[in-house]
Amino acid sequence: MADFLLYFKKIGGLIGMSSKIKVNNLYLYYGDFCALNNVNMDIQPNQVTALIGPSGCGKSTFLRTLNRMNDLIDICKIVGEVIIDGENILDPEMDVVQLRKRVCMVFQRPNPFPMTVYDNVAYGPRIHGMKEKSKLDEIVEKSLKASALWGEVKDRLKKPALGLSGGQQQRLCIARLLAIEPEVLLMDEPTSALDPISTLKIEELMEELKQKYTIIIVTHNMQQAARVSDYTGFFLTGDMVEFDVTENIFTKPCDKRTEDYITGRFG
Amino acid sequence: MNYKTKEKIYEKILLTSAFVSVITIILIGGFVFKEGAPLIAKVGLVKFLFGTQWFPTSGEYGIFPMILGTFAVTLVALAMGVPLGVSTAIFLAEFAPPKVTRVVRPAVELLAGIPSVVYGLFGMVIVNDIIMYVERTYLAGILKPEYQRGYSILSASIILAIMILPTVINISEDAIRSVPNEYKEASLALGATEWQTIYKVLLPAASSGIVAAVVLGMGRAIGETMAVIMVAGNTVAVPDSIFAPVRTLTGNIAIEMGYASGDHVRALFATGIVLFVIIMVLNSVATFIAKKGVSRS
Repeated sequence: MADFLLYFKKIGGLIGMSSKIKVNNLYLYYGDFCALNNVNMDIQPNQVTALIGPSGCGKSTFLRTLNRMNDLIDICKIVGEVIIDGENILDPEMDVVQLRKRVCMVFQRPNPFPMTVYDNVAYGPRIHGMKEKSKLDEIVEKSLKASALWGEVKDRLKKPALGLSGGQQQRLCIARLLAIEPEVLLMDEPTSALDPISTLKIEELMEELKQKYTIIIVTHNMQQAARVSDYTGFFLTGDMVEFDVTENIFTKPCDKRTEDYITGRFG
Repeated sequence: MNYKTKEKIYEKILLTSAFVSVITIILIGGFVFKEGAPLIAKVGLVKFLFGTQWFPTSGEYGIFPMILGTFAVTLVALAMGVPLGVSTAIFLAEFAPPKVTRVVRPAVELLAGIPSVVYGLFGMVIVNDIIMYVERTYLAGILKPEYQRGYSILSASIILAIMILPTVINISEDAIRSVPNEYKEASLALGATEWQTIYKVLLPAASSGIVAAVVLGMGRAIGETMAVIMVAGNTVAVPDSIFAPVRTLTGNIAIEMGYASGDHVRALFATGIVLFVIIMVLNSVATFIAKKGVSRS
């Protein structure tokens, strides 16, 4: 019964009953190349949304649109709306710095700064004006605990972050985000450079984190999408082919192309 | 001829080419030391380095004023040139739109290509005049009369600052560009502004390259002769103000070699030894810092 209620609630999300992020008629061009073609999507708060699809289908590009990281690319042109909490973030007037504080990103390759573990986590709060040592200590500890890394690094906070293992580095990057208390976590293939055990740790972590954050993850690993996500969107050459509750995508996809992809016929 | 013999021949040709520079540096070093060392032995190293009297005709060879002059001119030049150069490098690496780069980069390259004597002319005519004007209009009451002719540490430094710009800009820009893009993205994705990202992530990560740029610029400034002779005034005296005229080590050699003879010639060679050692130390420092940077990343 409880499962059914949950499922019902998820279906409700699909028709935009309580979305955190609403994407309306989003087109994105790199020069003449159309990388995203009329994407529409409602992303639910405190849920994990997975984006799957073959390489070059536009899923990472889509993810980078949500916190305007595509602004770094000169030839990129975006049309449409991305509404987060009722505000169109594609508006040129939008304060990108404020946006990125709320909508944070974990990258494919762990990218801690060449500083100490402590300074990495404290980086965000510091640039946003936090100076008090005791408060910073508190934030660092809390963030590292929340990213399940505290036990492993509490004795080496002053050691260089680049000395950690790949999996630890990635969790450090997550801790670095949690330190600025964002609302949405964007994860761009966060485990593709990691071994299976580190991957498992990150997946468990996502389960924890979704209590407080809205998570969107791009992944090449379909089992991962099935394991961790509540909703799944399937992208193909810039189109969002299908977006549904994860169970539906993996058990009874509506579109022939989705079925072909998840059964491994291409991609 | 089979291919193995051919390979051997090519390899030997390349080896010889590589050794030409090594042999040259040994020859130059050996020659300068051979000519200069006896004089240092005769005068005494301490007296030579720290003596303040330079009267070659009466056998007084103290190059301390010139050592001070060299460092004063160099340090003031770095104080002006490095901030300007590093800022330019940051601009080129991070902000400059392609259109602006197309103007700035050739300009910087041209700056590197201008003969130093032309810098000297520019310094004599423009920079010295301006400084003389300032000295006579605003500082006339404070400065000694011989400090009011424009020829000074300050004018030499201004010219040198411009001359080291290409070195500082090019090497710093490379250093900044070689910082992995991931660091920048990570910082921006945390809501850091562009400037915070540069100041807190890019510059620290590029610091070893930037320091190497500064050291190489310093080497260039110490070695520069012609332009400095033309604007520095060349008085052999311990400088006590940036408006004081000074003589540098390189300037000393260039000015006096034409008419020197006997011990005087050897004293100039000895001056060359001091320069040689300074430059070698600087190069080792630059190499050391550059290596440290590589092993860290």
